[in-house]
Amino acid sequence: MSKLDIKNGLIEMGHGSGGRASATLIEEIFVRHFDNELLNQGNDQALFSIPAGRMVISTDGHVITPLFFPGGDIGSLSIHGTVNDVAMSGATPLYLSASFILEEGFPLADLERIVISMAKASIDAGVPVVTGDTKVVERGKGDGVFITTTGVGIVPDGINISGDLAKPGDAIIVSGSIGDHGIAILSSREGLQFGTTIESDSAALHTLVAEMIAIAPAIRCLRDPTRGGLATTLNELARQSNVGISIQETSIPIKAEVKGACELLGLDPLYIANEGKLVCIVPAEDAGQLLAAMHKHPLGQNAAIIGNVCEDAQQMVVMKTAFGGSRVVDWLAGEQLPRIC
Amino acid sequence: MKFVDEYRDGDVAQLLARLIRQEAKPDRNYRLMEFCGGHTHAIFRFGIVDLMPDNVRFIHGPGCPVCVLPAGRIEAAIKLVEENDVILCTYADLMRVPAGKRDSLQKAKARGGDIRMVYSATDALAIAQANREKQVVFFAIGFETTTPPTAAVLKIANAMQLTNFSVFCNHVETPPAMMHILSAGEAKIDGILGPSHVSTIIGSQAYADCCDKYRVPLVIAGFEPLDVIQSVLMLVRQINAGEASVENQYTRAVSKGGNKKAQSLMAEVFEQRPLFEWRGLGVLPESAVQIRSEFADFDAEKRFGMQAIATADIKGCICPAVLRGMNNPDECKLFGTACTPEDPKGACMVSSEGACAAYYSYGRYRAAESKA
Ligand code: SF4
Repeated sequence: MSKLDIKNGLIEMGHGSGGRASATLIEEIFVRHFDNELLNQGNDQALFSIPAGRMVISTDGHVITPLFFPGGDIGSLSIHGTVNDVAMSGATPLYLSASFILEEGFPLADLERIVISMAKASIDAGVPVVTGDTKVVERGKGDGVFITTTGVGIVPDGINISGDLAKPGDAIIVSGSIGDHGIAILSSREGLQFGTTIESDSAALHTLVAEMIAIAPAIRCLRDPTRGGLATTLNELARQSNVGISIQETSIPIKAEVKGACELLGLDPLYIANEGKLVCIVPAEDAGQLLAAMHKHPLGQNAAIIGNVCEDAQQMVVMKTAFGGSRVVDWLAGEQLPRIC
Repeated sequence: MKFVDEYRDGDVAQLLARLIRQEAKPDRNYRLMEFCGGHTHAIFRFGIVDLMPDNVRFIHGPGCPVCVLPAGRIEAAIKLVEENDVILCTYADLMRVPAGKRDSLQKAKARGGDIRMVYSATDALAIAQANREKQVVFFAIGFETTTPPTAAVLKIANAMQLTNFSVFCNHVETPPAMMHILSAGEAKIDGILGPSHVSTIIGSQAYADCCDKYRVPLVIAGFEPLDVIQSVLMLVRQINAGEASVENQYTRAVSKGGNKKAQSLMAEVFEQRPLFEWRGLGVLPESAVQIRSEFADFDAEKRFGMQAIATADIKGCICPAVLRGMNNPDECKLFGTACTPEDPKGACMVSSEGACAAYYSYGRYRAAESKA
């Protein structure tokens, strides 16, 4: 089989034809970097036995501009996102699958860079990519690369974590500063250079979750506040559990640079995306111990209790402002947009 | 960030609020119009209403550039995209504003119109440079704050002799709108929180005539929450003393005469438009600018023969009255039922600086509380 010219080559329609060119692409880029026993068998599926417990499955499509950003790229993000979605059920993630939609003309070198980063993220997380698929679409019909990843995991018996379990009186914890990912992405978009050093927080949170569950098996809800940010996640949880939520602005960890960038652009950090943070709702009596345990984990060093669950048939999220007033933290309508004036 | 935190100190806010409560006379009303949407936003976002005594009330004004653009101008832009092979560049807020018959730029984009979101006039210019084979039109809106950047871009395009770039100019001016509201006398206004960002350009003195003629005090107020509270205190004091002058709270950025360089840039490229229609305020004389004949090649209205399209606002929407300070958003029959931020019927529900959107997001809680 002919070798790929990774340095200068581009994705061509033939790479998605299922023929020899496809096989070469898969061999030289995907199999080479993901390298694991199940994938290397070369079947159209991965066969494995599962330990006892309940199974969790989650899938997520990744579409992002720019593909490479401070602190990560679409590859590592596609691993972290799905590992986290699985982990937020309290599960141990086991395996991942990945589907690539590539646009004709996309540089092979960029593809390899993405796959290397993806492979590293999956190896670091200990969750291998064991099966996948590649398709090529004509130039102009894709945005370079779209990646869809699916993850499976196992929830140990006795753990029951779900968005509808929050109870009045429970404490609400976030695992660290919010808004880093969204601001890192914005800062690398064309036309919006505002000179920050903020990097995306993209990270796999399953080891943090494992330690949290070990300390506080009674955790009721876990969720990663990705698109829509902390505000959206809290609204989702309030609605699912039919409760109100009350938070304190002064308790929410936000980096000064993120605050500053948000001010500049007229954005609210509560709505900015995160890729390496989680929100946890836990019975109040467990909160102190849990927080102490989280502080010991590198991804939970800046964890903080930001508020509590209350009774409210209207399911509102209300924030006491640093200012002494209060405001509703509502669902976002449409996209959050930089202001005009 | 020190720069921001200084203007958000809760203790200082409590202190100022206490002074306002002490000094506001219980037997009178202080109806304060915040002209700008930026103030509306700050008032709700920081819960400033909670800190005010009951007789100090905020009345929302017309100062949101997205809200005051009439539907007909948006329809004209949609027509432009659909009948000509152009790339239309616009600020994102504008995308969702209802035009006539439930249409919007967002819907026109979904139908295949090449409509692109930009963050600045400069972005639009860059798109024109990168797409020489297409006509690129920048849908310019905003008060005096955004007018100088549009002027600068027009000058650059002119110097570069770009033949595929033009501007659909919808820039409006604040003092005429304020004059109009005061002269109409429909809204009872005891004081005005004056525009801050706009005043950095045109200066605080631009409002002196408003104060003199209508005997109403005005304080140029910054958008940070402490700015707003301090300005309220300044207004309460003026009202108590029976004064009516322009005061400047936002001295860190605003001078009496404003930014002369920006003013001369605007004057070089723009001239006053004899008449311009505002959503809610109707057709106001000398309240907007148009592109001077020296730059006529870059005027999209001329290049494409764009015509004004008369469109009625959606039935039941009281945006016009809200923008004139006559009604609160929750007095609209559609508020929160037929009209929500997800499915806005009027412009005031679209922009995050619109009074209806602010009321909807932050005000529902207050309404629920007061019922409880
Ligand atoms: S609530 Fe909606 S329909 Fe009513 S005035 Fe506001 S924008 Fe118009």
